[in-house]
Amino acid sequence: MRHGANLVDGLVVPAIAVLATAVVFGVFVAIDGVNPVDVFALMIKGSFGSWFSLQNTLLRASPLLLTALCTALPAQMGMVVIGGEGALVLGGLAAVAVGVPLAGTALPVWLIQLAMALAAMFVGGLVIGFVGLLRQWRGVSETISSLLLTYIAIAVFNQLVEGLMRDPSSLNKPSTAALPDDVMLASIPGTNVHWGLMFGVVFCLLTYILLYHTTFGFSARIVGGNVRAARMAGLPVGTLVLAVTFLGGAAAGLAGMIEVAAVQGRANASLAAGYGFTGILVAFLARQNPLGVIPVAVLLGGIAASGGLLQRRLGLPDATTLVLQGILFVILLSSETLSGRIRLRPRAAP
Amino acid sequence: MANNLHLSRRSLLKGAATGSVLAGLAPFAKVLAASDLVAGFIYVGPRDDYGYNQAHAQGAAAVKKMAGVKVVEEENVAETVAVEKTMESMINLDGAKLIFPTSFGYFDPYVLKLAKKYPNVTFMHCGGLWKEGEPTNVHSYFGYIDETEYLSGIIAASVSKTKKFGFIAAKPIPQVLRNINSFTLGARSVDPTVTTRVIFTGDWPMPVKEAEATNSLADQGADVITCHVDSPKVVIETAERRGLFTCGYHASQATLAPKGYLTGSEWNWEKVYTGFITDTLAGKPIPNLVRGGIREGIVKSSPYGAMVPEAARMKADAARAMLAAGNLVIYKGPIKDNKGQVVIAAGVSQGQTDIALESMNYLVEGVIGATS
Repeated sequence: MRHGANLVDGLVVPAIAVLATAVVFGVFVAIDGVNPVDVFALMIKGSFGSWFSLQNTLLRASPLLLTALCTALPAQMGMVVIGGEGALVLGGLAAVAVGVPLAGTALPVWLIQLAMALAAMFVGGLVIGFVGLLRQWRGVSETISSLLLTYIAIAVFNQLVEGLMRDPSSLNKPSTAALPDDVMLASIPGTNVHWGLMFGVVFCLLTYILLYHTTFGFSARIVGGNVRAARMAGLPVGTLVLAVTFLGGAAAGLAGMIEVAAVQGRANASLAAGYGFTGILVAFLARQNPLGVIPVAVLLGGIAASGGLLQRRLGLPDATTLVLQGILFVILLSSETLSGRIRLRPRAAP
Repeated sequence: MANNLHLSRRSLLKGAATGSVLAGLAPFAKVLAASDLVAGFIYVGPRDDYGYNQAHAQGAAAVKKMAGVKVVEEENVAETVAVEKTMESMINLDGAKLIFPTSFGYFDPYVLKLAKKYPNVTFMHCGGLWKEGEPTNVHSYFGYIDETEYLSGIIAASVSKTKKFGFIAAKPIPQVLRNINSFTLGARSVDPTVTTRVIFTGDWPMPVKEAEATNSLADQGADVITCHVDSPKVVIETAERRGLFTCGYHASQATLAPKGYLTGSEWNWEKVYTGFITDTLAGKPIPNLVRGGIREGIVKSSPYGAMVPEAARMKADAARAMLAAGNLVIYKGPIKDNKGQVVIAAGVSQGQTDIALESMNYLVEGVIGATS
């Protein structure tokens, strides 16, 4: 049954991969002279072992949900886009540019927040949409153009933050003006986790439905499967490419808005913290499936959250968690060869 | 409550079981067993960077040797929610009562936010400018490291043949401009014809650009190179390969450049941090705003390289003695910027604590370069 095979591929294969990663990583830390049992006990304690740790994990997962979509959505059309970081910083800047002047007006807070989110999504969408445009009409590799555009976006961002949009009172760390506290995104009641997490989860769910349960998504995936077939079938390939890349960029832009409006309060160099690049990893680990992005982002959030404890308790270097991420990445990608080769029970007669 | 003293077989067993569980969880037990003061140090980059973070890690290492205190450390912590959670994790999971978030960008909003949430924890922040009205469990400390830059300038001018210096700097912000200016003023106090060419790389860690800038300055004839970036390693090593003299920054890079390392400006966090801990353990209050230079022992110069002639050492040591005694004002008018405008009028002295120096936005005469 096709559905059952999907289940095996979707759950059993990643589970084997995660287990194999644990074994290889355990050997790695053992060579480093540290007891792997201590390492795993600490990682669980630091990521999911307490309410504090769980919230820590979710907070770190929050931006990754959205930046992963920036890679995962265009991937449905066979494009490898790695420019989420650029869309994120410019999205964050757009949010401040809209939010700071509006905060002085009598508009209700939710409307200001909505305006900030829309501005960030629009600007982020333009950045990655431009990548789609270059690919579709000029034949430029989207991987190269999105990476190079990221450098340009960060340079433009720095230029504006240190020049035109600089708050003159920010002396040793050039920053834009700060958003007042009352327009900042609140925490989900009963937690320290801001609402950005929910935006990310909802964005993942909606794009999953869009891709797998609408004709738009079906058309987009046909383009990803075979462009020529899509053209023969009369699908508007150019429009689809633009729409999906715009949507991916909008997700990363929204991540920038959330980072500014829920955490940092202003835009400065700290906004380029690498969430856009970690998002690429999340997307590949989730096999470019928007639904898969949710657990993978939480897993990587957990690894990041527990990294500190490994440093503090066991004296392991910070790079340990990077090694773990690297092992996970390689094993998960190579485990794709197992897909379709594992059966839970012998094949039944048709 | 007498029951508590009575040891039943059951409670003995319970105790033994708990003990063995704790022994099994060796890494946790280390913390649980200690009733010492726990101090957490947080670095924005790697702690062996030969620069900003290493200087702080050396301070933490000195604290580790003290009795009655336990140190936990975390490196490569970004100025995002990561640092907020690292601080909270140190407080909640390690029982830290004293936190040293050592990067400037940690202050607002993260340190300020947590200081309100955890009023019983003391936050010692490096670089910030604590203001009246901010939480009183927040302290900010920093040093007038431009004093030792001035001394480095004196040494540089004394050994230079081309009379051209190269300065590789991250960003044109007040702290950095002040170092460039003091270095140049120190040099020009010896020889008014020297010039400093400055190149801004745009960000704190920019190793590739730093190497390019060093080579470019060497090609333009500079024979002494110095810098203000997070990790001077690349600059110093590149300059050494080009056969140039160097002045270090943040920590000592003498081992990287045995032939060309003249001297350098170093933070003396060992002294500052052990002092803070001693005061905390003794229950002595620490001011919310701590500042100081050579006199207070917050900054120091690297030991002179063997190639520094005796006459130059004497000149620099004389200036050091005057700075320590408070008899030498670096920013004493008339001072012109490099566009010819008078920025400090004749007769005006801006001493180290002068607030005007904290918002410096010019390069002095003799510096070739622009702030924007």
